[in-house]
Amino acid sequence: MLTQFTQELAAPFSRRRWLAAAAGLALGLAGFSSAKAADDTIKIGVLHSLSGTMAISETTLKDTILFLIDEQNKKGGVLGKKLEAVVVDPASNWPLFAEKARELITKDKVAVVFGCWTSVSRKSVLPVFKELNSILFYPVQYEGEESERNVFYTGAAPNQQAIPAVDYLMKEEKVKRWVLAGTDYVYPRTTNKILEAYLKSKGVAQEDIMINYTPFGHSDWQTIVADIKKFGSAGKKTAVVSTINGDANVPFYKELGNQGIKAKDIPVVAFSVGEEELAGIDTKPLVGHLAAWNYFESIKTPANEKFIKDWQAYTKNPKRTTNDPMEAHVIGFNMWVKAVEKVKSTDADKVIDALPGTEAPNLTGGISKMLPNHHITKPVFIGEIKGDGQFSVVYKTKDLVPGDAWSKELEGSKDLIGDWVGKKCGNYNVKTNKCLGSGT
Amino acid sequence: MIGEGGNAALSSSSCRGCPVSAIFLAPLRALILAIALIAVAVPAFAASFEESVAKFTTDDFSDTEEAIGEIAASGNPLAFPIISALQDERLMFDADTKKVYIKQSDGKAIDAATGAAVDAIPDSASAVNLNNRLRRAVDAALGGLTLLSPDLSTRLSAAQSVFKSHEETALPTVESALAKETNRSAKDALAEARAAILLFKSDASEADKLAAVGTIRARGDQDALALLNEISGGDQPASVTKAAKSAIASIQSSLAVWSGVQNAWYGLSLGSVLLLAAIGLAITFGVMGVINMAHGEMVMLGAYTTFVVQEVIRTRYPALFDYSLLIAVPLAFLVAGAIGVVIERTIIRFLYGRPLETLLATWGLSLILQQAVRTAFGPTNREVGNPSWMSGAFELGQITITYNRLWILCFTMAVFAILLAMLRYTALGLEMRAVTQNRRMAASMGIATSRVDALTFGLGSGIAGIAGVALSQIDNVSPNLGQSYIIDSFMVVVFGGVGNLWGTLVGAFTLGIANKFLEPVAGAVLGKIAILVLIILFIQKRPRGLFALKGRAVEA
Repeated sequence: MLTQFTQELAAPFSRRRWLAAAAGLALGLAGFSSAKAADDTIKIGVLHSLSGTMAISETTLKDTILFLIDEQNKKGGVLGKKLEAVVVDPASNWPLFAEKARELITKDKVAVVFGCWTSVSRKSVLPVFKELNSILFYPVQYEGEESERNVFYTGAAPNQQAIPAVDYLMKEEKVKRWVLAGTDYVYPRTTNKILEAYLKSKGVAQEDIMINYTPFGHSDWQTIVADIKKFGSAGKKTAVVSTINGDANVPFYKELGNQGIKAKDIPVVAFSVGEEELAGIDTKPLVGHLAAWNYFESIKTPANEKFIKDWQAYTKNPKRTTNDPMEAHVIGFNMWVKAVEKVKSTDADKVIDALPGTEAPNLTGGISKMLPNHHITKPVFIGEIKGDGQFSVVYKTKDLVPGDAWSKELEGSKDLIGDWVGKKCGNYNVKTNKCLGSGT
Repeated sequence: MIGEGGNAALSSSSCRGCPVSAIFLAPLRALILAIALIAVAVPAFAASFEESVAKFTTDDFSDTEEAIGEIAASGNPLAFPIISALQDERLMFDADTKKVYIKQSDGKAIDAATGAAVDAIPDSASAVNLNNRLRRAVDAALGGLTLLSPDLSTRLSAAQSVFKSHEETALPTVESALAKETNRSAKDALAEARAAILLFKSDASEADKLAAVGTIRARGDQDALALLNEISGGDQPASVTKAAKSAIASIQSSLAVWSGVQNAWYGLSLGSVLLLAAIGLAITFGVMGVINMAHGEMVMLGAYTTFVVQEVIRTRYPALFDYSLLIAVPLAFLVAGAIGVVIERTIIRFLYGRPLETLLATWGLSLILQQAVRTAFGPTNREVGNPSWMSGAFELGQITITYNRLWILCFTMAVFAILLAMLRYTALGLEMRAVTQNRRMAASMGIATSRVDALTFGLGSGIAGIAGVALSQIDNVSPNLGQSYIIDSFMVVVFGGVGNLWGTLVGAFTLGIANKFLEPVAGAVLGKIAILVLIILFIQKRPRGLFALKGRAVEA
């Protein structure tokens, strides 16, 4: 029934697209963009949940895009036009993400969409962006194994977060035994599969890896924390790699603190815990536990200090924190602006072709670049939690790490690459020299 | 056997300490002794104290580590204040002037290199950064420096950190501390620390090592297990490895028994949380028959009341923080109860006897309440602090009991007892029971049934609010707090038997304990599914739950 509904919605659009294409052929491509120039603003879609479970994380990202649009408009907008945000609320409801995406593209005619947090919401909107040929910027660290023509991934792929974190623990903390703890859904499962393969390739035995999954919103961590303690008493240095998501983190860390698991004994490195998540907990018992990100609020660079100042002024809240996915949106937004200015058009095909190779400064002092696989180069930071809820950076990669769309650790994906410039393919097998079709 | 080993260790230590300690007779003998002995281990060309302190200003982890080692070994009286300040992030450095300051607890500051008081720490100064490796170095250094502290708890924690770091250099200090120690538990801790060092000391005699294994075996906890596992894999005489292996086996078997006890405790604790969340629902759903999907939101409102109370206390009366929960309990009851009464008067009373409509209306209401809170307080988690009496844990045998769980268990039982007494002994309780058993009869006896309905619903909601105060201590305070408890609450009430408070009690604890015994075997996800399957099967067999009401009340 839902598909029927979407087809009905799609039908008039594809007709219109035919007309537009015909007009484009007749008038040339300049004519196409001048047809759009009738409007005096460029619309930008914001597809983040403002209610429901994910509102806790996504509301901030909506504010970030509004802030960036405001800043850009102060500089005169893009192509001489003001930017205008169209905000919708997909309410943490995955099918609703697809409906709202369709609404943004067909009804509001947005030039680009910034949105999604969970992988399942991204998977839900993918067919819509492909069908209607629009652009999505996805700002959150995710499990990889994807490269789509219409999506630009500004968050970290596993090789830009998980693998460097594990390397750090192996080298600096001499960790020999690993607990991979995660929430039971696609991101932790895929990341843990990649990490398990990676650890084994480094000579870690099967009995030194413990994998544990918990349901969403798990709140009773007594047994699992006790299990971690027990696993850690085998006489080898033990660490926990946590892909525990969102809400479950607060009770998890509270239990760790109460049961007295100190970072100097069993450190926990988390991939989904940032400044925002820590805002709900007293971090004193957690000092020294780690997080791996591509950005921390505490990093002192002129760009970051200015960003934090402007952001707090914009939100009129001098305590408002910043975090990694926000920085990803900043980079993505600036890349989009640059690409649009380069091709002097907001036409999706032109912007998609112009984006790879586009560079934009990140907030930590480097220049990130959009790669042909639609992922970006990012620095990797390991931070330790401090008593004030911020992170102190204890490790930083020397260079920016290019994001791998396909993990080199997994049997099924190690020969694949995404290349939308030369090969025009999201999953090109370099061994057989074949494109496997679509990008997922 | 083990006792003998311990005595042998003691006597040998006191002898070994004799010739050295005899040299020092000054009042500060003990401290100087400790420092002098550590100093033996560092190179003779050690930097001057000022130079060591200046190493903190480079903000480089390896420089900081060197500085810690040198300062701990320097024998300077400032060593202890510097390193303990470093531990608490109170050691400030100014990279421009190469000065290091200690921020003292009274707000004053001293120069770390000289000990002279300074008026104010410059704004450009920031705290010396630590990482986990440095934290371990700080612990080891502090352990060595505080083994001879006059304060018993400091000595105990010092012995514990020496046990963990088992640095060879600390051995002489441990032995002299052991010789002087009079407190029994501190003596045990020091003997364990000494044993740990001996086991890792390559040139310790085989007899010493065997005695050490005995000492560690007697300790019998997970730290002991970790230590024994570590040495049994290392390069040790065969007899020591054998003794360690047998000690590991014996500790493991005793820990296995304890883990059963631990699961039972976790089950009780989970059961108490379930009961607390469900007890309000046992009134509105169990006694009144209203399917209230907004029950979870009443819990959430209670948690937010706690947050507001703590905010006010933090800004106005910080001294009262430890009492914040006691203040929040009646307020949460009033807030959630009042909202409950309003809901009953404006929505639910028009829907009695129409369960489907009630379900939908209250479901919508729950979304409205969630979004209202999200708008008012923001979508992110709010920090609700744990008062000091609810933080941390204590050891009972080989299990860890956290204070917050223990207090929640006590609190739940108290709420349950008060509620039961209220229903049994007060006029309102009598009226409530009368109305729910036979509304028309109660009305004809002169009971204002609609007033009783409103008060009953308010009571159930108010108790949910109280539950929110307790749950704010272990869970997120976010607009979604209630959602995660609503399903569990219904499960408990249905399983225990609708309309029966004792059924709710037994149901909650049964589910909690069953869950916690399943979880280690099946994992958290499968464990939860298994519980749901078991409940479905159980309801097939006994549709009215564990303790079904009998007689005419059932038909009402």
